Amino acid sequence: MKPANDIVVPVRRVRRFYGHGIPGVKLEELGGKLIVVEGADGSGRSTQIAKLVEWLEGSGHATVQVGLKRSSLVSDELGQAQEGNILSRTTLSLFYATDFADQLENVILPALRAGFIVLADRYIYTLMARDLVRGFHEPWLKNLYGIALEPDAVFYLTVAPEELVQRNLAKSAALDYWESGMDLGLSRDMFDCFVKYQTSMQATFRRMQDSYGFTFVDGNRSAETISAELQKKISAVLAGK
Amino acid sequence: MKVYFSEWNSSELVKSATSKGKKRELLTPTTFSLIHATDFADRYERHLVPLLRAGYVVLCDRYVFTAFARDVVRGCPPDWVRGLYDFAALPDLTFFFQADLEVSLQRILDGRPKLKFFEAGMDLRLSSDIYESFRIFQGRLLEQYLAMSTEFNFTVIDANEPVETQQAVVRQLVSKRVDLTVYKRRKPAPPPPSVPRVRRPKPSPAEEPAE
Repeated sequence: MKPANDIVVPVRRVRRFYGHGIPGVKLEELGGKLIVVEGADGSGRSTQIAKLVEWLEGSGHATVQVGLKRSSLVSDELGQAQEGNILSRTTLSLFYATDFADQLENVILPALRAGFIVLADRYIYTLMARDLVRGFHEPWLKNLYGIALEPDAVFYLTVAPEELVQRNLAKSAALDYWESGMDLGLSRDMFDCFVKYQTSMQATFRRMQDSYGFTFVDGNRSAETISAELQKKISAVLAGK
Repeated sequence: MKVYFSEWNSSELVKSATSKGKKRELLTPTTFSLIHATDFADRYERHLVPLLRAGYVVLCDRYVFTAFARDVVRGCPPDWVRGLYDFAALPDLTFFFQADLEVSLQRILDGRPKLKFFEAGMDLRLSSDIYESFRIFQGRLLEQYLAMSTEFNFTVIDANEPVETQQAVVRQLVSKRVDLTVYKRRKPAPPPPSVPRVRRPKPSPAEEPAE
């Protein structure tokens, strides 16, 4: 058995919300770490998060996972809304924000208070990028997501859209309607639509990097290589570097 | 008249999430605010925008101001809440029906046996007594409405008066401010003469439903 002093206690740092935040939350109470992994479907997010959980728990940390559309408040209804494509754009956007806020208040903040490492399978950035690509006003989105806590690290897995197509088709032999941005009507051909949409999502993430400081991670490499890079970077975050 | 009356009723999906949140008391000030904004957006984009573009008079039973007052009393930052709703156009005319607390409390209780958890602001833990909580909560809401009254040019109506008295005032104000003749429905155009009318065959006596 490893001696206990091998286990690193995460170093605390000064936290902030992007905007007004959540009323009544004392930031100094939030220990733990919030690590976000962003990327398109097929970029390897779930694989990487599974590996990180194994590594972090093996290193003596407690972890919790959150993701989009996982709130107890609205996840069922959001799923149905996507099936039927019946909600208008602002409605859908606010519905997603509700889903996010519910998880932020009921999972992320309590877990951080208890010193957990929270792994977020996407965060506000995907939600913002989706809306920006659809022509939403950026200040409106920044105000809306001013409730969000700034994470300790955000990794964005970049995979070329052409490679994403291959991975998605290899997995389920079909492309997802929303991940192809079909509602935008970029093309009647789903393949073209997917590539165009993912290209503009990536461009939007690049543009958002100035404000949010993502770490871009080349997702075209093997899962092990990527995981090793993430572990190295997260070790530095835990050590307060 | 091209008139549409819009209540706070939204699509089944949004309603399902909202009522689940309320029933199970899952809502925090932030999620309460966001889920109502979702609800409003649905109503706004599906009904209000197309109706207004088509030249309708739209009557709204409550609008963004309800959220501005309610969410701020619950502790949400005022400019955050206003920012959420800035996709919505401001009304041409806003009536604020101001009633004394005891009058509104009695009117609610005349209609149903008891107060609802969120309408009494019980989530704010102002008092363990629901009637006391209602009084404190509604008192704070009133302060917010009055503070907005000048900014958004509310027309305040004395809601302690009988309905008929209030109606007389409201009708007078609306007709002064809005040229209602503009909103008269046009008569449907007669069918072009070249199209032969299809006459439905009269049902024979045997086919007529028995008494």
